[in-house]
Amino acid sequence: MSATPVLALRGVSKRFGAVQALTDVELEVHAGEVVALVGDNGAGKSTLVKTIAGVHPVDDGVIEWEGKAVSIVRPQDAQHLGVATVYQDLALCDNLDVVGNLFLGRELLRFGSLDEVSMEKRSRELLNTLSIRIPSVRIPIASLSGGQRQVVAIARALIGEPKVVILDEPTAALGVEQTAQVLDLVERLRERGLGVILISHNMADVMAVADTVHVLRLGKNNGSFAVKETTNEQIIAAITGASDNAVTRRQARNAEAAK
Amino acid sequence: MSSDKSTIDTSKPGGGTPAEEVPPATVAAIDPRLLVREQGFKGYITEFQRKLKGGELGSLPVIVGLIIIWTIFQVKDSLFLSSSNMVNISFFLSGTGMIAAGLVFVLLLGEIDLSVASVSGLSSALFAIFATTHGINPWLAALMTLAIGAGIGAVHGFFFAKIGVPAFVVTLAGNLGWNGLMLWLLGSTGSLSIADTGPLHILGQRSFFMNQSIAGAYVLATVGVAALLLGSLVDQTRRRRANVPYRPTSEIVLRTVALAVVAYVAAFVLNKSSGVPNALVIFLVALVICDFVLRRTTFGRKVFAVGGSIEAARRAGISVAAVRISVFAIAGFFSSLGGLFLAAQTYTATLQAGQGNLLMLAIAAAVIGGTSLFGGRGNVWSALLGMLVIQSIQTGLDLLNMNQSIQYMITGAVLLAAVVIDSVARRTQKASGRA
Ligand SMILES: Nc1ncnc2c1ncn2[C@@H]1O[C@H](COP(=O)(O)OP(=O)(O)OP(=O)(O)O)[C@@H](O)[C@H]1O
Ligand SMILES: [Mg+2]
Repeated sequence: MSATPVLALRGVSKRFGAVQALTDVELEVHAGEVVALVGDNGAGKSTLVKTIAGVHPVDDGVIEWEGKAVSIVRPQDAQHLGVATVYQDLALCDNLDVVGNLFLGRELLRFGSLDEVSMEKRSRELLNTLSIRIPSVRIPIASLSGGQRQVVAIARALIGEPKVVILDEPTAALGVEQTAQVLDLVERLRERGLGVILISHNMADVMAVADTVHVLRLGKNNGSFAVKETTNEQIIAAITGASDNAVTRRQARNAEAAK
Repeated sequence: MSSDKSTIDTSKPGGGTPAEEVPPATVAAIDPRLLVREQGFKGYITEFQRKLKGGELGSLPVIVGLIIIWTIFQVKDSLFLSSSNMVNISFFLSGTGMIAAGLVFVLLLGEIDLSVASVSGLSSALFAIFATTHGINPWLAALMTLAIGAGIGAVHGFFFAKIGVPAFVVTLAGNLGWNGLMLWLLGSTGSLSIADTGPLHILGQRSFFMNQSIAGAYVLATVGVAALLLGSLVDQTRRRRANVPYRPTSEIVLRTVALAVVAYVAAFVLNKSSGVPNALVIFLVALVICDFVLRRTTFGRKVFAVGGSIEAARRAGISVAAVRISVFAIAGFFSSLGGLFLAAQTYTATLQAGQGNLLMLAIAAAVIGGTSLFGGRGNVWSALLGMLVIQSIQTGLDLLNMNQSIQYMITGAVLLAAVVIDSVARRTQKASGRA
């Protein structure tokens, strides 16, 4: 793992009106590292992702790219640096077909006009590696199921040459087979030396693929753990903010009942 | 292939096959529940029925409507389908059609431009002042006028995209303001006549493709049919080579024959009178260019993306403001061009230019032709189809000596019908998961 992180957040804050969504958040992602970002609902994970992706510019703090401070105020800025993002709300255009959505913003050209044939071919190959069954890459996104849309959104992030891929709950709507494929994909991205930020509520998935787990709680850092030296319980305690929490109480009850 | 360099290699570790050599596993990826079109003619019929049920009406309502309208008028007055009347319709639809073509871009964004008629009126006045009053070369004068039209549109776009004023308010203000400017400019002189030279001669009633030669109309029809056939075949070959689905030859033949029938019948009918008006030729060329821009360029893709989802477009790195400003500039340009077409119909810049129902007709044409008011769906050919309907109604009622009041009411009813069809189709599309 290289010394300088490819992406680093230093003291990032973001507020929406009366809501302080992020307070002094620190985060580092190295090349070839999978960083899991976990936290309760409303902890600020998606907001953090959107600040990196340029959807919401930060109010305070610095974003460093390969050691240098950069300003990311528009989605284009993040794209040019090499950040590809899969948003929790997917952000696809319902009226465009699958190919149109996959290549939106970086269409392949041939003699200055859209090269539909190459884009279609590439789209099919990409979707096949993610084992998704889509009736046709030429139907509008509106006619796809939730999981199919999610796979399209993930495939979208793989077009272009990103250095950091951010996945905001990428497997939330996926079946077992597709979830496994996405986890495989995350590992392939790491092998290729990309930095990956993975947001998930599924601790098993997180423990399976992540190198580091960062916990966000109420918009603040609440601990960061190396997966190899950590247990599930420690992370859950950090997420909920107490060692006595709903999860441990439930486990204790179940253990009691089993006796 | 260039596409491979720009994409992460997602092939599984150990597999090591380059993407190019992966056998078309796509066959396996096709969902067995997918309704695949059956072979042969029956297949077309079943697919057609399925599309209708799903609310994908496309140009069907307008074509049915056109047939009904033509039948009614022909029964009422046997001159209606005569060659000279058809030349009339094809000449007079071009001006308003040009304005409607620009509006299609705006409608695709899900916005509206209420200033197009006033901008067209102002443009006829500007052209007359440049060419007649100041004696500027008419070609230069036309260029200046079109540039001003595009600039006016860009100003509307700026207020909408950068300041955040709703488009209908900006363009409503423009509607009044630009009309006022036109009246002020013509105030001292009243109407200005324009010489029958240069661009205005070409757009005028006495100017026909290849000087009324019989060959002219057939040349146009042949070029159109050949372009469609060639384009389809080239596309089919490329797709076949790339191993992606392609149109079967039977479908290509069917489409080409359909276009050929329409084109040659139209050519034959127009030729019985004086041939194809140049104004119509220019209108058609403009539509071909617009269609190319919308369907085959990144700019067109951006227009559809912004019309579909502003946030998704923004996150894909599209500058929404730039797209909006350019689209309104395009609408301004075509309004201006339409204004020159309309001025050429009488060779005058009048104080009434751009008034009356011009705005409503242009919007109606785009919507009747099948471009959705809700954004993201439509094509520029709707300007042609919609204008065919509107101009047929107007000319037909003129033939029957009907009062203008009746014309307004009927055109209003047709617009309402078109909007109702649009809304119902959208609801059906939602219900069947296509919107
Ligand atoms: N656009 C916005 N405007 C106002 N408040 C917002 C906005 N986006 C997020 N918030 C607020 O910021 C806080 C963090 O939201 P965020 O979406 O980042 O949570 P999250 O950690 O992604 O939660 P989840 O696990 O449910 O996706 C919430 O309190 C939310 O109400
Ligand atoms: Mg979230």
